[in-house]
Amino acid sequence: MDPKPLWLLAELTYKCPLQCPYCSNPLDFAGPRFRRELSTEEWCRVFREAKALGVLQLGLSGGEPTLRTDLEDLIREAHGLGLYTSLITSAYRLTKDRLAALKAAGLDHVQISIQGADADLSDAVAGTTSYRDKIAAYHYTRELGFPLTVNVVLHRRNLHQVEALIRLAESLGAERIELANTQFYGWALHNRDALMPTRAQLDDAWGVVQRERARLGTKLEIVWVLPDYHERYPKPCMGGWARSYMTVTPAGEVWPCHAAGRITTLRFENVREHPLEWIWEHSDAFTRFRGDAWMPEPCRSCPRKTQDFGGCRCQAFLVAGDAGLTDPVCSLSPHRPLIDAAVAEVESAAAAAEWTYRAAPASRVLAAKG
Amino acid sequence: MTAAGRPTVPRLHPKARLQHDDVRGRDVLLYPEGLVALNPTGAEIVGLCDGVRSLADVVAELEQRYGSTGLEPDVMAFLDGLAAKGLVTYGS
Repeated sequence: MDPKPLWLLAELTYKCPLQCPYCSNPLDFAGPRFRRELSTEEWCRVFREAKALGVLQLGLSGGEPTLRTDLEDLIREAHGLGLYTSLITSAYRLTKDRLAALKAAGLDHVQISIQGADADLSDAVAGTTSYRDKIAAYHYTRELGFPLTVNVVLHRRNLHQVEALIRLAESLGAERIELANTQFYGWALHNRDALMPTRAQLDDAWGVVQRERARLGTKLEIVWVLPDYHERYPKPCMGGWARSYMTVTPAGEVWPCHAAGRITTLRFENVREHPLEWIWEHSDAFTRFRGDAWMPEPCRSCPRKTQDFGGCRCQAFLVAGDAGLTDPVCSLSPHRPLIDAAVAEVESAAAAAEWTYRAAPASRVLAAKG
Repeated sequence: MTAAGRPTVPRLHPKARLQHDDVRGRDVLLYPEGLVALNPTGAEIVGLCDGVRSLADVVAELEQRYGSTGLEPDVMAFLDGLAAKGLVTYGS
């Protein structure tokens, strides 16, 4: 049977008050490609088409999705369709009244990011004073009866806080904490030298995770997203290209993952011009790497190809220069030395590189460069 | 373990929702960042876990519907599997 999507990530806007240097949004988020945001009715049509296509899980993300004043209407539509809705937010200036309105509209689950375990580090990483709002919003979600996920992107500057972050999530009564080691796309790739952790940091943090998992059991689910540069084999990115997942960007382009738009050798279609079903079934972006007929060696004859699907197409494009190659993270890839060099750099460099905050002026400069 | 030895009212965790999947012709349990596909019996069991019926009530109802006996071990194993994922809790 042909695969049908289960997941839709709706990136409602790329506007965001936070400026996290690891943001997965495109570097040119403030450029012309993403300027004309979908209207309320256009999003509602996308949700209806997605449900008819097989989608059951809807992530409402951005940018900062609560900046959309029609968020309640969008959630009402999605909820009416039977989609399980997750709000993925920074919680900046998010009030209890707004959360209550979102709950009344049918929102199922709230995920709130935090950038560090204390205000100093969290605000320094976010580039915006936001820690206090986040802590308040965590409490609101619990008071309103939402299941809560605490999300933290991990990197060299905050990996030492993993234990404190887990304890924070526990004290807040969260269901889940996602400890997501930085994946190097978008702004994170731009800032890779400043974000790359050391092997010793990762080993320490992983030890903490194992210990805390044993202590907490089902009370708090601890999700550990692997730091793939430090692995021997690639991640099974998106569970395989165009098998279960799609992202719709603020201006309506449809991507097989939230980083894929950077692959300049693919043609992406827009929900303003085509039905979602046609895009899923027939567009170049979705069909090019579906299945395994596209695979080169060493993937083609590799027994792992049914587990990792050749890894990540975006990483192959960004690091090895061709989206149709084996993920360079794979130890069998001829391009693995490029990954090893990036990992080795942090181990040898004494001085920490500075990062560039994710912000519109920097984005416009990068967009102009192309 | 028999149903008598522990809190016996199974309840779907508030984070989980039973939903029909029209496209694939099945029921699923949806929860944050995941889903479990259910066979028709599984969906029926979950549908009976209303936080009021005891495990014994759920088993009795199923045995009556199916004209069968001795379903308790299977029902318990199924619900324990969901409990291990945090999707079902037991109360009294």
